[in-house]
Amino acid sequence: MLPLLAYVSTRLVQLSAVDVVIIAFYFALVLGIGFYLRGRANTAEDFFMAGREMTAWVAGLSFLSANLGALELMGWAGSAYQYGILATHWYWIGAIPAMLFLALVMMPFYYISKTHSVPGYLKLRFGEPARALSAVSFAFMTVLMSGVNMFAMAKVMQIVLGWDINFSIWVSSLTVGVYVALGGLRSAIFNEVLQFFLIWAGALLIPILGLYEAGGWSNLKLQIAQRASDQYVHLWSTLGSFSSNPMGINWVGIVFGLGAVISMGYWTTDFLVVQRILSAKDIRSAEMAPIIGAGFKMLVPLIVILPGLLGLAVLPMKLTGESGAAAAGLHSYNDVLPLMLARYCGPGLLGLGITALIAGFMSGMAGNVSAFTTVWTYDIYRPLINSKGSDQHYLSMGRWTTVIGVLISIGTAYLVMQFASIMDYVQALFSFFIAPLFGTVVLGMLWKRATGPGGFLGLLFGTVSSISMWAWVKVDPSALRYVALSPHAKALAQDMFQALWSFCVCVIVTVVVSCMTQPRPEAELVGLVRGLTPMPSVGDLPFYEKPTFWAVVVAIVFVILNLIFW
Amino acid sequence: MHSEGGVSIWFFIGISLFVNGVLITGAGVWEVFHPPANPVVLFHLHANVWWGAILLVIGLLYCLQFAPGRKKA
Repeated sequence: MLPLLAYVSTRLVQLSAVDVVIIAFYFALVLGIGFYLRGRANTAEDFFMAGREMTAWVAGLSFLSANLGALELMGWAGSAYQYGILATHWYWIGAIPAMLFLALVMMPFYYISKTHSVPGYLKLRFGEPARALSAVSFAFMTVLMSGVNMFAMAKVMQIVLGWDINFSIWVSSLTVGVYVALGGLRSAIFNEVLQFFLIWAGALLIPILGLYEAGGWSNLKLQIAQRASDQYVHLWSTLGSFSSNPMGINWVGIVFGLGAVISMGYWTTDFLVVQRILSAKDIRSAEMAPIIGAGFKMLVPLIVILPGLLGLAVLPMKLTGESGAAAAGLHSYNDVLPLMLARYCGPGLLGLGITALIAGFMSGMAGNVSAFTTVWTYDIYRPLINSKGSDQHYLSMGRWTTVIGVLISIGTAYLVMQFASIMDYVQALFSFFIAPLFGTVVLGMLWKRATGPGGFLGLLFGTVSSISMWAWVKVDPSALRYVALSPHAKALAQDMFQALWSFCVCVIVTVVVSCMTQPRPEAELVGLVRGLTPMPSVGDLPFYEKPTFWAVVVAIVFVILNLIFW
Repeated sequence: MHSEGGVSIWFFIGISLFVNGVLITGAGVWEVFHPPANPVVLFHLHANVWWGAILLVIGLLYCLQFAPGRKKA
């Protein structure tokens, strides 16, 4: 029997023949794109940076798609069911200000320094130790995360479709491996843009039909208030204290922990997303790309948060947490999106929806693998192992590293299958580096007095402090009240405050050590530090073509949306 | 974006939307004449017919606009 047909009895949905054809067509198309683009990856610059010729739209949609994975979609739809509209903060204040900051403040430095990676910028600004710490931690965390996500996605496919877990892991990862190894970053970007369209095509129908069934937004709010609580439909008014909202967090954690540190760290220094922008063809495209991404990011709650809220109102069954669901044979919060898909989508539409989930997973994995490949080749292999290779040698290294990265990911997936607790550790490990890295990069860009030892030790101590807080709460869960400053704080509050404190530690250590060490001559910092660098111009353009204008438009819409759903 | 002398990404997207649109509309029309025993919620709206048609039209427009050989970035 083909693994594709090896269904188990617990699956949520049943695919028809046309659904299987739609999924098969998707696999054929992405492989076809990979083979087509093979001839366009002839140099290392082509392979790792897509030739730096992407338009603002392609780079912007790819930038957004690299983050729009299937687990992200299903997880945040589940969070919306569990916590209500508060989950929207991860798409609005937890993304939009950071994307605009990246576009207008940080992107010019990444772009004019012509760095290949974020660790590459750290090398230019702070020296080799900071790059080595950042590159090694990023490379291994990225490939491990890829494996964890692969296992999680295979598990989802097993639960939703009844697919064999080995089949899901091998088919999806080998497909990604083939098209990234052939076409490099360009291939990954092409497929990410394709995925962006598929996700919207496959998921937008759920909120449309859901709102029709619920009788509009006003009736939906009434039904949620009856079935859950009025707290579930307010974005800010319940954040006065930890105990007045379902998430167990307050506005300080959301604004400063999420908005000012975690999202800034992720969207401005995580090379997985920044790499897409570095492929832009000119400085205007590089600045416009995150702004375009921000514009669409504001719409994502339509296909993620709204289905979760609709699930609260229209689903006949009550969803519960993962552990409770497994024990009682019920559906979990994370099942809300597939349940809504199965509720409204007949043959064809169901296949498209499942394709959107698979595409989301595969493009997320392609993002991880292409970022890993670049950082390994440019920031670890070339400076530390072989600095005298030819361009073709590094291109070949990139292709082989892609294959090896995929195999390590598969190995990680099987490791997680044997030891499930590894998943929690790896996900936590990744979060340790984001907040301190943002502190190091932003001080490097904005403060000329920051020195190499200051940057390195700030990054190191910030990371260590984050690990220490996490371990403290792991050993003694009651310690959360000290980390998050409230006895009513819940798990998500820990992430926010842990990030906030580790950022503060990073900044304090960087400033103190920098003041005690010899600064670099200003002439060496031109092109790396604001104030010492002539800012590149986007050219003499009409106002409506300037990135600043569109950033203001996005910012105004962002404020209005927050006020509407206050 | 056009690859130098090559096929635009938007053309690939057009192909994807068009093929999916044809398949979904076809499945929807089939269901109109052969209603399933266990229909989805709001089956009477025949979402797969009109949603598939929307994808088909958008896909066709993209294919025509960004067909290989046309001078369009």
